[in-house]
Amino acid sequence: MIKNIFFAAAMGTLLLTALPAAADGDYRAKAIAVIKKDFQPHGQASLDRLAEDGLQAVCNRTGNKPPEYMVKQLEADQLADVKYPADGKLMGDWKSGEKLAQSGRGFTWSDDPGLPVGGNCYNCHQISPKETSFGTIGPTLYQFLKLRGTQPDIQKYVYSKIYNAKAYNTCSDMPRFGHIGALKEKQIKDLVALLLDPESPVNK
Amino acid sequence: MKQRLVGALCAMAVAGGAFAQTPKKPAAKPAPQSPPAAEAKDAATLEFEKFRAEMEDSNPAELFEMKGEEQWKTKRGPKNVALAESCDLGQGVGKVEGAYVRMPRYFADADAVMDAERRIVWCMVEKQGFKFDDIAKKPFANANFTPDITNLVTYVAGHSRNMKVAVPLKDPKVHEAYEIGKEIAAYRAGPYDFSCNTCHGSDGKRIRMQNLPNLSTAKGAMSGVQGWPGYRMTGGVMLTHQWRMGDCFRQQRFPQPKYASDAIAYLLTYMIGNANGQVYKGPGIKR
Ligand code: HEC
Ligand code: HEC
Repeated sequence: MIKNIFFAAAMGTLLLTALPAAADGDYRAKAIAVIKKDFQPHGQASLDRLAEDGLQAVCNRTGNKPPEYMVKQLEADQLADVKYPADGKLMGDWKSGEKLAQSGRGFTWSDDPGLPVGGNCYNCHQISPKETSFGTIGPTLYQFLKLRGTQPDIQKYVYSKIYNAKAYNTCSDMPRFGHIGALKEKQIKDLVALLLDPESPVNK
Repeated sequence: MKQRLVGALCAMAVAGGAFAQTPKKPAAKPAPQSPPAAEAKDAATLEFEKFRAEMEDSNPAELFEMKGEEQWKTKRGPKNVALAESCDLGQGVGKVEGAYVRMPRYFADADAVMDAERRIVWCMVEKQGFKFDDIAKKPFANANFTPDITNLVTYVAGHSRNMKVAVPLKDPKVHEAYEIGKEIAAYRAGPYDFSCNTCHGSDGKRIRMQNLPNLSTAKGAMSGVQGWPGYRMTGGVMLTHQWRMGDCFRQQRFPQPKYASDAIAYLLTYMIGNANGQVYKGPGIKR
């Protein structure tokens, strides 16, 4: 796991040096210098959060549109980083998944780091029809089984998408919940069930 | 309703000295945190719109403006000087008319690009002798406390009511601040890989039911400027643009931006600069 992250980071850096110098590089460098000097740690939000990892650096450098050859490499790296459950079971309990999808807690300087973090899913997605207060940064996931259920290995896809959204879309706006250790194996399983269990209200 | 509001506002005005105490919101109806149903939210929206309409002639921000005006004109601080006789907001010493909508701008005496709040703080430190660290310790209002700087910013902003935003982007220093601010807005980092643009980079997005203005367009940027400084119904406190930037960095899962820093001044230059030409309606009410 740790090795994987290092590998991905190293790859990111390697790829980065291969990038043509951006025209706005000057302002970007100045922006980074300003960011480095003008923040202070607060609660759990420490200053190391200001540093880009390899993938973030590539997305930032390319306006979130890296060239095709880099996309392939980066997505392969991110996918290689996904850890699947040892028991091979990818679906958990949709009811727990729904609760988790509701919670927007986690990682801010005002959050208690001792408490479990939420999925934040409703911040960005329509999911269950009962919840009408949903965000629109991401696509609707309502009727997900009908929409996407025919795709082979759909459980594996959803599990890995939640684990690391960048494995399928390098500069996705969606966080990498498993990769950063925000969500644990059981929680991701519960979210897979929320989207794919025929009994889940999402698919009613 | 109107009567009651006026009554409440008068009571607050009379409370005068108790201004360090933030007035509680006049229409004491707590805005629901995150109501489950759309109908509930729509009702809340309607109620908010109604509230705002009723507040039109008696905007609570005006009370903070009054307090700020008094502070602007009074000799204060270790040097016992009034800002009105010492502080240049870019329109000449003591002049507040139209100053807010023409900032951020470059100030040669400080050799820095400064937004309104940063500039007033600079004046309080340089001209009146206040200590920056004392101001920066508690820069924003909470339920029991409204810092002087908040009143002062609201006063200054009130004197740009109904004026067009005109950040002097042609000034090379301001232009550079704008470009750096644009890069800061695009900078993704932290546990969730978020930047400002994740939430404010395209049209028509929401987090839950909260609309997210697209800061890269004139209209979107303006809705990020409009109403700030703003009297927040939730919690009943007066908050500034600097506060809003900080709270968004919190949601971005970043560490905390330093108060009145370059980083915030540059972000505001980018955002307010994008709103150039739009009409600013003055300090307002926020949900
Ligand atoms: C900050 C926004 C954001 C958050 C939070 C978020 N997502 Fe997403 N999600 C997106 C975006 C944007 C896309 C579409 C682009 C992409 O596929 O990367 C997406 C795509 C997806 C997809 C793929 C849809 C498809 O048809 O292939 C799934 C599944 C998904 N999200 C599930 C979740 C779950 C479950 C959570 C909570 C644990 C979550 N998302 C949290 C923004 C978000
Ligand atoms: C994770 C999501 C997220 C991120 C990242 C984010 N914001 Fe926000 N922003 C919000 C939400 C939610 C609101 C509240 C909207 C409301 O009150 O209706 C908001 C409100 C604002 C407003 C006030 C809009 C208004 O209507 O008054 C401004 C200005 C703003 N953000 C700027 C920024 C800037 C600059 C950054 C980067 C430093 C940023 N935001 C990052 C979610 C975000």
